[in-house]
Amino acid sequence: MTPSRAAFAAILGKDLRSELRTLQSLPAMALFSITTFVIFRFGLDRTHLSGSLAAGVLWATLLFAAVLGINRLFVTEREEGGFDAIRLAPIDRSVLFSAKVAALMIYLLALELIAVPIFALFFLGSGAALAPLVSVLLLADFGLAATGTLISSMAVNSRARDLLVPLVLLPLVVPLMIAATGATEPLLVLGGPGYHRFGTWLMVLGLYDLIFGLVGYAVFDFLLED
Amino acid sequence: MYGKGLKPLSIATVALLAIGLSLVFFYAPIETDQGIIQKIFYLHVPLAIVSLVGFVIGGVFAIAHLRSGNSRWDAYSYVSIHISVIFGVAVLITGGIWAKASWGHWWVWNEPTLVSFLIVFLLYCTYYPFRYAIEDRDQQARYASVFAVTAGAFVPLNFMAVRMAQSLVHPRVFATANGGLPGSMMLTFLCCIAAIALLWTTLVKFELAAKSASGQVKRLRRVLDAPTGAPASRVAPEVS
Repeated sequence: MTPSRAAFAAILGKDLRSELRTLQSLPAMALFSITTFVIFRFGLDRTHLSGSLAAGVLWATLLFAAVLGINRLFVTEREEGGFDAIRLAPIDRSVLFSAKVAALMIYLLALELIAVPIFALFFLGSGAALAPLVSVLLLADFGLAATGTLISSMAVNSRARDLLVPLVLLPLVVPLMIAATGATEPLLVLGGPGYHRFGTWLMVLGLYDLIFGLVGYAVFDFLLED
Repeated sequence: MYGKGLKPLSIATVALLAIGLSLVFFYAPIETDQGIIQKIFYLHVPLAIVSLVGFVIGGVFAIAHLRSGNSRWDAYSYVSIHISVIFGVAVLITGGIWAKASWGHWWVWNEPTLVSFLIVFLLYCTYYPFRYAIEDRDQQARYASVFAVTAGAFVPLNFMAVRMAQSLVHPRVFATANGGLPGSMMLTFLCCIAAIALLWTTLVKFELAAKSASGQVKRLRRVLDAPTGAPASRVAPEVS
């Protein structure tokens, strides 16, 4: 194993282990998404959703639940001196970025493993759309993880920590949400999943992932300098 | 040192703006379809183009700051974004006026160019609270630069995503196959865009000169050990 890969595995393992032991983010994210679905149920006063309304409810809920996790992503690093340890360690600092993106990605996938079936149970007649939805979720999660990690690492060192993440992150992920809802909408229309412009939207998601993955990787070094 | 060349630049800006506006009102023909309201485009479109380019320029200055560590580039980046945000307000207002006259609504949601501009504008509005929230000056400069680079990459991507999402209602004058502008309109438009670009440059230079002057005053006060008059701004970068 190369040193970077060992460091990546160590940081990722540390994050997952501490999350498993403390259960700080994931249960809150899952609970938040379920409560939001219930609120949408009464706010919209519908028992069934389809098309763009269903896609909007799903993605708005997932996004706000993700913000909860993104807020907590670097809190232990800051409070327990993890940033100093990374600075002292003889490793490439971008490794912290990739490890955190991976950790956030795993949180989001775990969240969706709980939230999406519940969404289908609450609002959708059948689960036929869930299989093609996985590709949309994977691509959108990566983009959300990349931008979220970047913004979270900046916000955690500022005074207005929890305020800054939603403030800066939401406009930044608007294109991602446009593409994700655009791809999800035909999948959730009444009468089975359709694939109108599905591939185009997946390509936009992929492009977003690529650009913000590279930008995050390139600029993350500067955030750790002291 | 930022004040150098400010006077001829200002004079050139005023002259070009005057030429551009007189061309708009006395030379360019009145568009048959929309009438006099179309003339707001000579202001609206250059403002939009210049402010978007200004955002990207702010990102380029931020890259220069991150590469060199020279806080002067951070000041450039901050002022570029600042002036572009102000231009952005003007873009939204002039666009609204035109939309009200032409479409009957102040704002149209299914119009990609409006929405994407609004998203970019909102993102850059968060630049100020973001900067303000970080206390340490070096860290603030670095983080603001990272933000400017990320947001600079976001500008073209956002336009692509929003444009794909919706219909095309916004007039796309240069993109049509057999459209294009008549010569007199094109000349006026180019003159206006040059004038607005020059206005942007002048305002950026003015802002930098003002910031550098107040920084110098503060430094001199500190040397004289006199109490500073106004409290130091935590938002604005210190320009040396």
